[in-house]
Amino acid sequence: MKVLVPVKRVVDYNVKVRVKADETGVDLANVKMSMNPFDEIAVEEAVRLKEKGQATEIVAVSIGPQQASETIRTALAIGADRGILVKTEAPIEPLAVAKILRAICEAEKPSLVILGKQAIDDDSNQTGQMLAALLDWPQATFAHKLELGEASATVVREIDGGLQTVEVRLPAIVTTDLRLNEPRYASLPNIMKAKKKPIEEKTPADYSVDTSPRLKVLKVSEPPKRQGGVKVKTVGEFLGKLKEAGVL
Amino acid sequence: MASLVLAEHDNKALKDATAKTVTAAVQLDAPVHVLVAGYDCASVAEAAAKLAGVEKVLVADEVLYAHPLAETLAALLLSLAGQYDAILAPATTQGKNVLPRVAASLDVPQISEILKVVAPDTFERPIYAGNAIQTVQFGEGKKVITVRTTAFKAAELSGKALVERISAAGDPATSKFISEELSKSARPELTSAKIVISGGRGMGSGENFKLLEKIADKLHAAIGASRAAVDAGFVPNDYQVGQTGKVVAPDLYIAVGISGAIQHLAGMKDSKVIAAVNKDEEAPIFQVADVGLVADLFKAIPELEEELKKLGY
Repeated sequence: MKVLVPVKRVVDYNVKVRVKADETGVDLANVKMSMNPFDEIAVEEAVRLKEKGQATEIVAVSIGPQQASETIRTALAIGADRGILVKTEAPIEPLAVAKILRAICEAEKPSLVILGKQAIDDDSNQTGQMLAALLDWPQATFAHKLELGEASATVVREIDGGLQTVEVRLPAIVTTDLRLNEPRYASLPNIMKAKKKPIEEKTPADYSVDTSPRLKVLKVSEPPKRQGGVKVKTVGEFLGKLKEAGVL
Repeated sequence: MASLVLAEHDNKALKDATAKTVTAAVQLDAPVHVLVAGYDCASVAEAAAKLAGVEKVLVADEVLYAHPLAETLAALLLSLAGQYDAILAPATTQGKNVLPRVAASLDVPQISEILKVVAPDTFERPIYAGNAIQTVQFGEGKKVITVRTTAFKAAELSGKALVERISAAGDPATSKFISEELSKSARPELTSAKIVISGGRGMGSGENFKLLEKIADKLHAAIGASRAAVDAGFVPNDYQVGQTGKVVAPDLYIAVGISGAIQHLAGMKDSKVIAAVNKDEEAPIFQVADVGLVADLFKAIPELEEELKKLGY
């Protein structure tokens, strides 16, 4: 069984981004970039399926600039078998990403696509669901636990207020939530091995997908700032301040 | 053309998230209809009909929707989409699950988690964990929108909308509901509570969350947690407040043993008053807290409980 794992190159989790003075976006010059954390969980889950003998091949796909090949290398070092880089310099919306992934799914015919539930840059939380719609496949989003059967997958999902278990027929789309697994660190030998694994380079035009934006970003601005207030030393003062604020 | 709001409910009660989404929908300057898809859900439809600004409530009361899935709900929304210019849902796990599926089937983009309606086609939404706010405009075609409910007030209960029954759409039959395990709690829901008390890594263990429970019971507060506390296995994931968990904006947010990583702040910085208890004076949480108590939580929280008792809580 083939598993496809799309991975996105995003600003590193620990970086606090700054809005550009001209309000056209955030400043990404010389900022550390990493694989989207939820996508790391997706790669890890695919590798575990392979280690259990359920997956036979893992294909990592990234859509973005040339440097996104580094993100694919990271996936290959964790245990993916080969990569596809769809090169595009311009920012690309979730719907266009889903259309490119649909075309790749039609060519690669995976039984399962595992994606991160959201990318920590645009926080959209859309691509997996959109891909499921375009392929007319079932979806199990926000996965907490994944069990793969012959023709179906049983997925425990994180929902508001608890957990929900659903069964989806394969092929299917799964998106990862935080507690699905803890991604491993790639070992040095595996990082070396990953350098020899193949990455195929494509463009959106190869898949006949128009990636021009459908939404217009008018501006990107700073959120309203919160000022820190007073620091106190005793519980009495603490309660006094809260009463003053009218919340107790 | 009208706007359609997908209602959030448990077949008995309408969730507050729906009333807040209606407030956002009303600002699109078009009639607002609410879709209630459920089973044996007449009381939900009645509640939705009372929301101010709602013109019509559509009710699909069918076994198929007893536990609606993305596939069945999207099919129902798509069967109705022709009559609507905009489709909205609260940005709950259900709204996030279903709406992008609808948008892609309609070949339109979605704008997620709007904070503000700037114009009927233009919205503000947070990016980078709320460290930047994007103002974004739809082009041609239908508008598909999820609404960050903490950013909108609930619609009042002064309405008297028409309730119309509709039939089920087809069942794609590619997915099946198996079971649900909801945490049972007498405390208010995290996203709608007036007071939230959250614990972080500093709590040290799940057992120690009992300290917070005692305060929560006195203040009728909900209990939350930082991602660090969830990752450490202290509490379940549905306690998580932050970029990757829930977004809350209560009147009072009390952060206990939480350092204040940007991902956590993303989930609570719109609270009216933020209070923090942390022994590390340099903790970033104090940069956003209105009131900060620099103290060891294991001494301060039991003392806080005693003091509240004296005050009659």
